[in-house]
Amino acid sequence: MTGLNPDIEQRPPGAAVSALAIELVGINKHFGPVHANRDINLQIKRGTVHGIVGENGAGKSTLMSILYGFYHADSGEIRVNGTPHKITDSRHALALGIGMVHQHFMLVDNFTVLENVVLGAEDSVRLGPTFDRARAQLKRLAADYGLEVDPDGVVENLSVGQQQRVEILKALYRGAEVLILDEPTGVLTPAEADHLFRILRTLREEGKTIILITHKLREIMAITDEVSVMRQGAMVKTLQTKDTSPAELAELMVGRRVLLRVEKGAAHPGKVLLEVENLVVSDDFKVPRVKGVSFSVRAGEIVGIAGVAGNGQSELLESISGMRDQESGTIRLNGTVLSLEGDDGAARAREAGLAHVPEDRLREGLVTAFAEWENSILGYQDKYGKGIALDITGARKSAAEAIKKYDIRPPNLDLKTANFSGGNQQKIVLAREMERDPEVLIVGQPTRGVDIGAIEFIHNQIIKMRDGGKAILLVSVELDEIRSLSDRILVLFDGQIVGEANPATANEQELGLLMTGAHPGGKDVNP
Amino acid sequence: MNAPLPRWVEIGLLPALNVILAFVIGGVIVALVGQNPLQAVGIMIYGAFGYGTGFGYTLYYATDFVFAGLAVSLAMHAGLFNIGAEGQAYIAGLGVILVALALNGMHWALVMPLMIVGAAIFGAAWAFIPGYLQAKRGSHIVITTILFNFIAVSVMSYLISRILKPANVNSDESAPIDTVSRVPQLRTFLGAFGTSPVNVTVLLAIAALFAFYWLIWRTKFGFAVRALGHNPTAANYAGISNEKMIMIVMALSGALVAMVAVNNVGGVQGRLILNFVGGAGFVGIAVAFMGKGHPVGVALAALLFGMLYQGGSELAFSMPGITREMIVTIQALVILFTGAMGDMLRNPVARLFAPEAPRGKA
Amino acid sequence: MDLSADIINILAQTVRLSVPLILACLAGLYSERAGIVDIGLEGKLLAAAFCAATVAAVTGSPWLGLIAGIAGALLFSGVHGLASINFKGNQTISGVALNFLAAGLTQYLGQSWFKRGGFTPQLNPDQRFNPITLPFAAELRNVPVIGPIYSGLISGHSLITYFAFLIVPVTAWVLFRTRFGLRLRAVGENPKAIDTAGISVTRLRYQALIITAVLVGIGGAYLSISAAAGFNPNMSAGRGFIALAAVIFAKWRPWPALFICLMFGFLDAMQLRLQGIKFAVIGEIPVQAIQALPYILTIILLAGFIGRAIPPRASGQPYTKER
Repeated sequence: MTGLNPDIEQRPPGAAVSALAIELVGINKHFGPVHANRDINLQIKRGTVHGIVGENGAGKSTLMSILYGFYHADSGEIRVNGTPHKITDSRHALALGIGMVHQHFMLVDNFTVLENVVLGAEDSVRLGPTFDRARAQLKRLAADYGLEVDPDGVVENLSVGQQQRVEILKALYRGAEVLILDEPTGVLTPAEADHLFRILRTLREEGKTIILITHKLREIMAITDEVSVMRQGAMVKTLQTKDTSPAELAELMVGRRVLLRVEKGAAHPGKVLLEVENLVVSDDFKVPRVKGVSFSVRAGEIVGIAGVAGNGQSELLESISGMRDQESGTIRLNGTVLSLEGDDGAARAREAGLAHVPEDRLREGLVTAFAEWENSILGYQDKYGKGIALDITGARKSAAEAIKKYDIRPPNLDLKTANFSGGNQQKIVLAREMERDPEVLIVGQPTRGVDIGAIEFIHNQIIKMRDGGKAILLVSVELDEIRSLSDRILVLFDGQIVGEANPATANEQELGLLMTGAHPGGKDVNP
Repeated sequence: MNAPLPRWVEIGLLPALNVILAFVIGGVIVALVGQNPLQAVGIMIYGAFGYGTGFGYTLYYATDFVFAGLAVSLAMHAGLFNIGAEGQAYIAGLGVILVALALNGMHWALVMPLMIVGAAIFGAAWAFIPGYLQAKRGSHIVITTILFNFIAVSVMSYLISRILKPANVNSDESAPIDTVSRVPQLRTFLGAFGTSPVNVTVLLAIAALFAFYWLIWRTKFGFAVRALGHNPTAANYAGISNEKMIMIVMALSGALVAMVAVNNVGGVQGRLILNFVGGAGFVGIAVAFMGKGHPVGVALAALLFGMLYQGGSELAFSMPGITREMIVTIQALVILFTGAMGDMLRNPVARLFAPEAPRGKA
Repeated sequence: MDLSADIINILAQTVRLSVPLILACLAGLYSERAGIVDIGLEGKLLAAAFCAATVAAVTGSPWLGLIAGIAGALLFSGVHGLASINFKGNQTISGVALNFLAAGLTQYLGQSWFKRGGFTPQLNPDQRFNPITLPFAAELRNVPVIGPIYSGLISGHSLITYFAFLIVPVTAWVLFRTRFGLRLRAVGENPKAIDTAGISVTRLRYQALIITAVLVGIGGAYLSISAAAGFNPNMSAGRGFIALAAVIFAKWRPWPALFICLMFGFLDAMQLRLQGIKFAVIGEIPVQAIQALPYILTIILLAGFIGRAIPPRASGQPYTKER
């Protein structure tokens, strides 16, 4: 046995057990000035699947990290099986029977499954006996819950779905009765997600309690018994899943009627400006992620690429923008083939008239240690000044204009970019890329981590670019964003375009099926 | 706790506190072996600035440290840690001596520019290889530059003792450069410098400080270097070639520290001798960290270390208990406190300034 | 000269020269496996050699000298830990600083205390770890083949030498067969996995640094109170860096580390043996070429021309719980 589970094992048989596996009372948590969790109350019934939904930054992960002992609450109480506990660290949480499967797996990639499972739960100084016991235990867990993984497989050689199973096994091996899963399907293929849900149902049947954190309403509707909605650090409401609807949940999540429809007129597509043909792109590990993609974008239209994150969107954007070398295929801009090999390909792409708002502004789009004006010319530095000298006066002048036009706050050219809010950082990037009159604009996740007010502004700017006759390629994992901005939608799945849709007529279910590779062959979603 | 510190705290107070901490600990060590650190400081300051020859020596040492400090700083701005400055300067001595001996007897005004070019080419080449290996093969530049220092020692000791040594000379050194071809020492123009070795190269060092500022903060190249150093992915996004920049920056870094060879081989020794760099390349690491990669800081730090080196030699006479090696200790403490533990005092200082900082914009 | 006796001599010399490398290399292996880059091995080796020689000279006890050597290395490890674990500073810079600190302090303190130009007083045989003659070495000397090997190569080393060779299998066992080894390797690969399993990353890394200090401390003591009879300035002479190169060359595994260190020791022994000998065709091999060989080989390895050296993934990165 695991020997790590005193609370549960020592419970006298037949003793009165609280019907609540977990109860959170008045939890508060601050990170500096950010009030990440406000007075949270939550009750989770034993033997249920309980969903927690909310937008990015709503405080779901923080709350679960507190339950798992990774952070400490500023105030409030955690009750496990009706008894209050001060959970000091993850080890304590595990001892109380709480296990967690993190969004980013906490696995040692070059260890075997067995080594990962026992890590931190070894019950002897020598590993031999621990491994023997763990092997037997894994066999049983595999039989009970359909959690088959080769114990001697090295984690980095496993598929993402298998790695996730290792995480679940880790928790169960430690005797978890309550299992927290943080955005578990974000990285899974549809088949893997189905497999996961089957496992979760089996676990529930065996009496385990499951907390599922997600922002995908489809999953909530499919598997949960109860669902709690969080918004801006607060718990809004807990509902019976069977009594609610995705529309109601979405409204609770956002706090107002979801009206992401952007005011825009009809598109007037002109000539083809961006043309991609049979593009193949591999990731850093030489694994092909874009597998022969062809499409074109015309002047005056927005083409949206919809898809679940990790289906090749990042590699597609990086390849077209010159950041990543392509394996084969051609990219044409206004009829001319772009040659983007080498690690300075992005300079040639810009030279040809292509602007790029990257998916991750902090990692790619900004040098956060730079002053605002320096970031406002990043990528265009060679345009400022003759010879090798940098025309600082000119650069500052155009930065000041952008600050005014895009209402970037605070309006301070010399402030370090790290000290701007997410929305204002995004505006710095947008201003830089849009104000240089590119022919083609490619945009990745334009509103990720941006507050509502800025979202509207950013959407309107993109529409304005379109109406100015530019070709725009938009990639977003937010289906609503794709639907409200795009004039045409292409669905990317597993590195291939699996369908095209008209945003005005396509229905969400059909798109969802395509995005998850579940749609049987059909190329056209429009009736 | 994310409120930014006032600028003068960030670039003035914090670094100064770190340096002071290093010196206080150095002083404690001196006191522990029964010497009076304050007396030592007095003697050092007099020895370094009190009279012409002493000041000339201080400037001579500072010349080396400016070049080495700028070389390490340049690499630092690109996010590279060049520990190989010592070896690059050593190899650059070869460039100086080859040029000087080929043109031996010609006027220095003609020879010196070519010595500079020769040194730069050799120093750049020796630094370029680790740069190339980092850029194209992913070999960690810290390790390769350390190894290149050792290889430089072997290469140079072989070349000096087996190839460059004239038949009629006993010690391991090259043939001498004629006096007329050597970089002239300042005392030949200004008697005030006494018998010190400070030479025209010091003017080159001052020019290098200004050129460095311009290059890093006033050119497109400098913009690209800093972008790369802060965020390589963003540099890639901006179309700045990481690979090319790493190789160019390393070569330039090697060319900068190569001027140490002009100063010593061309200006002071007048011949190529074993181990003429004498640790200047390593001092450059301390100078770069202490100077925060800025020419003003580098100049001040180089002067400080020049003072320590010159004043330290003076100390050896007045206080036999204190040897020059104490300076290596100070150098180590400066690197430790300004480089490795530079943020140690940040939180206490930030707390001190917290009441002034704007609060609560949740 | 008898060729086989010559070979035995060179091999015995190889063993002697490899001992500090083996100890420093295994020391570096523990630290790097835990995710802490240790450029400061050289400095620790030097500091330990100085402390050991000083205390052995003052107290007359080699054992106290050994303990002092370990204590010196522990002090340096402590500073490295403070900088790289607690203050989350740059480990490379900290290591570089510690190397200079050792170079400066040993000479400065040595000169201040003993006034012999940085040398510590000459140690008597009873203040050092002396060669041990294994049982029956004398009796077996004349047995063909095994005799010379046993009495000339295997017997006649100091206690520290036997310890160094013993610690290789021990390290292999600890790393791959024990709970501590599993956690150590994990913290060097992915400290988050350790943290979420409820184990303290800080504590684990300090434990690794302590082992590192003990091993490199013994290696330093070997230099000054076993191989030599006292400390002389800069006596580590780059061995810490060679050891670091050996860690990389061995791809962070103990058994290969032993063989690489023996190879580097052999090169060193050959360099001494070949001095002044002229060969047909190639002539005299320059000492410098042999001296530079370990460094050149390591660079070729690092450049990926003979296999790839992939360090533990979290090496060099301070661990911060992220928000």
